Amino acid sequence: MPSFISIENLSKVYQNGHIALNGVDLDIEEGELIALLGPNGAGKTTLISIICGLVRPSSGSVTVDGHDIIRDYRHTRKLIGLVPQELPIEPFESVFKTVNFSRGLFGKTPNPKYIDQLLSDLSLTDKKYSQIKALSGGMKRRLLIAKALSHEPRILFLDEPTAGVDVNLRKETWDLIHRLRESGVTIILTTHYIEEAEEMADRVAVINNGSIIVVERKTELMQKMGKKQMFLELQQPMTQIPEELGDYDLYTQEDGTILVYNYETTRKRTGITSLLKDLSSMQIGFRDLRTEQSSLEDIFIDLVDERVEVLKHAESKYASTG
Amino acid sequence: MNIPGIKAIFTHEMDRARRTIFQSLVSPVISTSLYFIVFGSAIGSRITEIDGVSYGSFIVPGLIMLTLMTQSVTYASFGIFFPRFTGTTYEILSAPISHLEIVIGYVGAAVTKSLIVGLVILATSGLFVDIYIAHVGWMLLFLLLTAFTFSLFGFLIGIWAENFERLQIIPLLIVTPLVFLGGSFYSVSMLPEFWQKVTYFNPVLYLVSGFRWSFYEISDVSVMISLGMIGTFLLICISITWWIFKTGYKLKE
Ligand SMILES: Nc1ncnc2c1ncn2[C@@H]1O[C@H](COP(=O)(O)OP(=O)(O)O)[C@@H](O)[C@H]1O
Ligand SMILES: [Mg+2]
Repeated sequence: MPSFISIENLSKVYQNGHIALNGVDLDIEEGELIALLGPNGAGKTTLISIICGLVRPSSGSVTVDGHDIIRDYRHTRKLIGLVPQELPIEPFESVFKTVNFSRGLFGKTPNPKYIDQLLSDLSLTDKKYSQIKALSGGMKRRLLIAKALSHEPRILFLDEPTAGVDVNLRKETWDLIHRLRESGVTIILTTHYIEEAEEMADRVAVINNGSIIVVERKTELMQKMGKKQMFLELQQPMTQIPEELGDYDLYTQEDGTILVYNYETTRKRTGITSLLKDLSSMQIGFRDLRTEQSSLEDIFIDLVDERVEVLKHAESKYASTG
Repeated sequence: MNIPGIKAIFTHEMDRARRTIFQSLVSPVISTSLYFIVFGSAIGSRITEIDGVSYGSFIVPGLIMLTLMTQSVTYASFGIFFPRFTGTTYEILSAPISHLEIVIGYVGAAVTKSLIVGLVILATSGLFVDIYIAHVGWMLLFLLLTAFTFSLFGFLIGIWAENFERLQIIPLLIVTPLVFLGGSFYSVSMLPEFWQKVTYFNPVLYLVSGFRWSFYEISDVSVMISLGMIGTFLLICISITWWIFKTGYKLKE
């Protein structure tokens, strides 16, 4: 049984020679919420545009529900709803008509009741007969979600649903996506906000320069890659780390009043017990202690940096041989 | 077949016409009436008859063709250009709808709209002059084929055009002059020999001639040649449309 969505060795070279995707493999299961996390230009939009049929792949294949997206496009596209990154709208159309249009376009017979329900779920009932150009930005985004859901798809693509959106609207959008998720729809969202992936996703696929660097359940990703830090508030400022503590990854903060210990949760021994023992034998006292876990953000930066290092290395090798 | 999809595009396009009913219907009717007043009274007082038909009646088929061609091109080109302009093509391109079905939706709506306008003009003309239609079937066939060919042509322009200027330049700079110079308002035999020869290179001549024949049984060229010409033009448009969708030209990356 292939996965619900199965992407194999997918590449895209644009006409100008730009390599936007470079051998992407990814499997997505039904019902999950996966975040494609990557900086601008990473290839997120290109990837979902290929699955939705807006961009032709240069090589590789994608199946949805076991059907090839090009050969069996009628089958796969019926299952998919897309909310694009920009907010393209036909300004003079009414809200109801445009949602009704989307439903028809995707091969479904009219169902005004379903559309009314959709508009009410998305708090657009008041605007049913309004012209689209009269809607606010947040309403336009919700309208595009309504259009994407008009044909009752099982998969929803959300391309940067909160890019350039204010804090309140972001929270609102997150709530909405959580609710959609509960309805059982498989959701693939792209984002360059780490906190968004952290808040929403079951799994995170980190994408950079057209390649997927890592795909991991969010909790495992944080555990695996996560570093912890212990902060000790010292009774007496420390001007210099004593030589006896040279084995520990330590540094001081705030004029030596805080001692920071870096350790990795993946290690069997974190070294906390021995550090505390050593401190007490050296009669270094502390008033308070707390620990902090690194966020996806730190992990992400680490990953991208690693990639850059590898590339630099490869490049210098290439330069020296050429 | 995605029938609801075709219906959705068709209805959407007809709605646009309803929203802009003035441009769609009233303005062609007004400009046709103006042609009658200007051509009918100014020229008609000097040319009373052409091939036994009064000048006013003679120009009716040409006037209908003029409107039919320009409106077909305008409707269809605008219909597909507008979503490209607003970016809403993403939805059509990601829908489970075939290229043929997309063309049927857009071109079908453009054909319907221009046929309605053509028939309204025919009725308006009836208020000014006597009209006699010898072959109603042929008349409708020419009307339909012309509307279809030029709607398809308009669809191509709508895909090719990068901006509104380009969108308007073809109807303005090519279609209208060709119609005026294609014997819509005169018989080609009235021209000096050199210009007669030039006119035979104008495809519109064949359409107008055949169409006029279905009214008054007078024509500049034989009906079969007219039919052959429009068929050829139609085939060219169909081939280009097929090529565009095959290659994704200006639609897909
Ligand atoms: N139509 C195009 N032609 C050429 N290059 C493109 C085109 N669309 C996107 N790109 C390039 O491909 C890369 C990936 O773009 P995109 O998929 O939009 O990234 P993201 O959505 O992650 O920001 C970028 O470097 C972008 O400039
Ligand atoms: Mg993007």
